[in-house]
Amino acid sequence: MLELKDITYQVEENNETKTIIDHLDLSIGDGKFIVITGPNGGGKSTLAKLIMGVRPVSSGSMIFDGEDITKLNITDRAKLGISFAFQQPVHFKGIKVLDLLRLATGTNISVNKACDYLSKVGLCAKEYIDREVNSSLSGGELKRIEIATVLARGTKFSIFDEPEAGIDIWSFQNLIQVFENIRKTVQGTVLIISHQERILNIADEIIVIEDGKVSKHGSKEDILPELLGTASAVNISCSKISN
Amino acid sequence: MLDNIQKQLLKEVADLYSMPKGAYNIRANGEKAARNTTENIDIVTKTDNPGIDVYIKDGTQNESVHIPVVISESGIKEVVYNDFYIGENCNVTIVAGCGINNCGSQDSQHDGVHRFFVGKNSKIRYVEKHYGEGTGTGKRILNPVTEVYQKENSYVDMDMVQIKGVDDTYRTTKAELAAGATMIVHERLMTHGQQKATSVYSVELNGDGSSTDVISRSVAKDDSEQIFEVAIVGNTICNGHAECDAIIMDNAHIVAIPRLDAKNVDAALIHEAAIGKIAGDQLIKLMSLGLTEAEAEEQIIGGFLR
Repeated sequence: MLELKDITYQVEENNETKTIIDHLDLSIGDGKFIVITGPNGGGKSTLAKLIMGVRPVSSGSMIFDGEDITKLNITDRAKLGISFAFQQPVHFKGIKVLDLLRLATGTNISVNKACDYLSKVGLCAKEYIDREVNSSLSGGELKRIEIATVLARGTKFSIFDEPEAGIDIWSFQNLIQVFENIRKTVQGTVLIISHQERILNIADEIIVIEDGKVSKHGSKEDILPELLGTASAVNISCSKISN
Repeated sequence: MLDNIQKQLLKEVADLYSMPKGAYNIRANGEKAARNTTENIDIVTKTDNPGIDVYIKDGTQNESVHIPVVISESGIKEVVYNDFYIGENCNVTIVAGCGINNCGSQDSQHDGVHRFFVGKNSKIRYVEKHYGEGTGTGKRILNPVTEVYQKENSYVDMDMVQIKGVDDTYRTTKAELAAGATMIVHERLMTHGQQKATSVYSVELNGDGSSTDVISRSVAKDDSEQIFEVAIVGNTICNGHAECDAIIMDNAHIVAIPRLDAKNVDAALIHEAAIGKIAGDQLIKLMSLGLTEAEAEEQIIGGFLR
């Protein structure tokens, strides 16, 4: 269970204080598959980063399974069981896909085991296991590897920040299947930030974040119909063509 | 016979746990400690200077030569000349390297001057590893000079590593390539403390279709200083690429000096240089996998210098 109590996040910009997250309260139950959506600039990604500890909250508190994690750093939160798939996967010169998966599991897993994780994200494992995690890989490939690192950790709380961002339509069609599989197999809570109708469609709960606040929070059945046709729930083919 | 310190140094510089297979010449504290020759590879002690001449017969395939140097006495200073005469149509691996253990107060210094004369169509892989250890106040100094003369369609792949413990180094590498010849260099360097390292490359592409790729990756920590200078001269239709990629940390100082010199309209020469600190998002990603900041840094540097 993750509880966010009266969370505010502010930044200084051109000598002005800008509020990105504004006195936000949110409670996320165990084992739920939750999709966060909402307009661009509404604070979704920032909220995800606050949960992982990538950025510090300005005020408020965060309780994870009864423990106050507000002041914990990224490492400690990771150790408590929070994982994060970045919107823009990081490149590493010299670090191979296998290395990254071993770091993710925290053990010296076998090549076969590492290949299992890659297969789960739809990559032909043999072709990738020895590749460096650098710009020689496409955006879609890096995204899948990023997701595989989170699956490899197998923690009780996993965050995926806009898995659809920056990849082509064909890669995304396949990626949706990956999430549909995660939906069926993963134990623990999954939190995905997404605008995509097909992702929203497999949610238990949908949360809409707008102007740094929760504007809607409820079951998919209640929330999704209101969102269809808006920018918060776009149909993949339409959005990519209009782009 | 080698003592334990010398054996440890051998392990560090040449990955040798026992006597290597094939041809070898091991130099310890300024003297020959062991040597083996084969039917195709002969090693002869020089008469005019300290050092050896290595002769590799035409057509020698899949053989290796190990010529490591270990110094475990404080205060040894030596200049050693090693020449390699490589015949035509060979495929040979040469492993050199120098390990210094200096527990004394006097400086220990090894300057190896290596010259390679590579015959037509021959393929050479050259691995050189430098390593220093010891608790003494005496410096560990290595100033290698490498000269490579490549005949037509020869291929040289050099892997040069200096990761730890060498206080002062000035390495000079010079190459001249004939038609169709290729030279690839991978240099990896890490400096820390007060160390200073300078690496100067000069590659002349003299024959049609010759090419080179010089890639340096380095990490400078603490108050250390690095200078990387690479000059590629294109005298004909040729391809040259140099890349210097460095991570700077603490109070270190890094200088990268590229010099491209084209004397022909068909000389295609490229230089890329980048110096920067460890990217914050790399640290964040690894920390989100449960590593501490220090562990993340270690992984990033380890991968970068792999």
